[in-house]
Amino acid sequence: MIIDTYVIPLLKILIVLNATLVGVTFMVLLERKVIAWVQVRLGPMRVGPYGILQPIADAVKLLLKEDITPARADKWVFTAAPIIVMVPALITFAVIPFGPAVRLFGRDVPLYITDINVGLLYIVSVASIGVYGIILGGWASNSKYPLLASLRASAQLISYEVAVTMTLVSLIMTAGTLSMVKIVESQYMAGVWYAFVQPVAFVVFFIGALAETNRAPFDMAEAEQELTGGFHTEYSGMRFALFFLAEYANMIVISSVSTTLFLGGWLRPFPNVAALSFLDFVPAWIWFLLKTFAFLYVFLWVRATLPRYRYDQLMRLGWKVLIPIAIANIIVTGIVKVAL
Amino acid sequence: MGEAIAFYVISALILGFAVLVITTRNTVHSVLFLVLNFLAVAALYVLLTAQFLAVIQILVYAGGIVVLYLFVVMLVNLKRPPEVHADPHRRSSLGFSLSVLVLAELAAIVVYGRLTPAPVAATAEGTDLAVNNVERIGYLLYTDYLIPFEVASMLLLVAMIGAIVLAKREL
Repeated sequence: MIIDTYVIPLLKILIVLNATLVGVTFMVLLERKVIAWVQVRLGPMRVGPYGILQPIADAVKLLLKEDITPARADKWVFTAAPIIVMVPALITFAVIPFGPAVRLFGRDVPLYITDINVGLLYIVSVASIGVYGIILGGWASNSKYPLLASLRASAQLISYEVAVTMTLVSLIMTAGTLSMVKIVESQYMAGVWYAFVQPVAFVVFFIGALAETNRAPFDMAEAEQELTGGFHTEYSGMRFALFFLAEYANMIVISSVSTTLFLGGWLRPFPNVAALSFLDFVPAWIWFLLKTFAFLYVFLWVRATLPRYRYDQLMRLGWKVLIPIAIANIIVTGIVKVAL
Repeated sequence: MGEAIAFYVISALILGFAVLVITTRNTVHSVLFLVLNFLAVAALYVLLTAQFLAVIQILVYAGGIVVLYLFVVMLVNLKRPPEVHADPHRRSSLGFSLSVLVLAELAAIVVYGRLTPAPVAATAEGTDLAVNNVERIGYLLYTDYLIPFEVASMLLLVAMIGAIVLAKREL
């Protein structure tokens, strides 16, 4: 009894948190490598074979750097801001299903920490708290450029949050549930990934996801040429690292969420085609990780390919293109739902 | 027992943060205490197995509305402490009557609650509430509370149109 209610969930939380943090540090390396390959360079090569130990070297360097608080900064808020960014990114993993129940040592262990009936809304609402870290980080630095950058970044996040949430509404209408596990199960029942049922929602969600994670081509918050760095200009050492890690953790979160919602989560490709059932010998959680990784790779690919948007273009795209498309998609989904 | 302890701890947090919101000098800090206050209210909803309300509370209030407050406060940048009003008691009669009104309302709720004890939820229904929270709320909104729901949506629409008209003088 104690094992089921306390030990196993605690172990799962430990594993997921550690795997995420290790994944985040190696995402940084992967990004440098992928961009280097796109630009016909080698990327980091010095630390370990092919630079594989570079993240560890980076982490040690950041930990040993002097931790500066600007003289006229708001100390409490300045300290809290990186934490406020990091925590929502990590606690989102509580509801992400990595796989169905597996038998381990004679017990059925589901490969998710918990499954709540409002899972998807939980993710959206927790993610909306992360905006505070960016606003407060820029404000508490008591410096012009970080303040401008944080205003830009938070305006961007709020605008795109609307579009992303709207696309989720049409997805929820298709799935008929908010629980992350049940959304994957309903894709199993339907025998098709929702990316094929809701292609418009998928595309809008992906564009919104790029903007929500502050990634290129929407990395307004870190426009070096205009803002000397962004909302974290005044941060140094480990606090800067936290902002940095939170960005990558958010990328992993949004990739796992899109995998769960649109790419069938832990399901194999074409779950309705019986001829492909030999693919089932690959464990479900490996399919999940593969799809998430594919998403992350697209994030890096986009960054290496596309130039940054101008701020007014960004706002126009968000409010005048994505939100109307998302609303139209909801209406079409409703009509189709009633008609069929 | 555990539930009662959780209720009192969360209530104490809610009241504490509420007091801090109105006593803090720094406006940005005051807004941040408001966020903490909303988060504690969401915790109270979870305690009442109203998970849907809890996440909506966080999404709409903590994640949406207060961010806009913070925007305004940061842009206005109130560095110096607000000046003391020439006459601090000029609105005291209004405040007093409002407080009496709220107190009377609370008393009425307590008395009314004592007179009509809440129906004890059957255990089956209790578990159903935890599992089908969203469906139950949706069903209630479109049956028993349809008119308030529609009126609220009309109100929001009117507010939105008003904001657009104010922002864009010539259309």
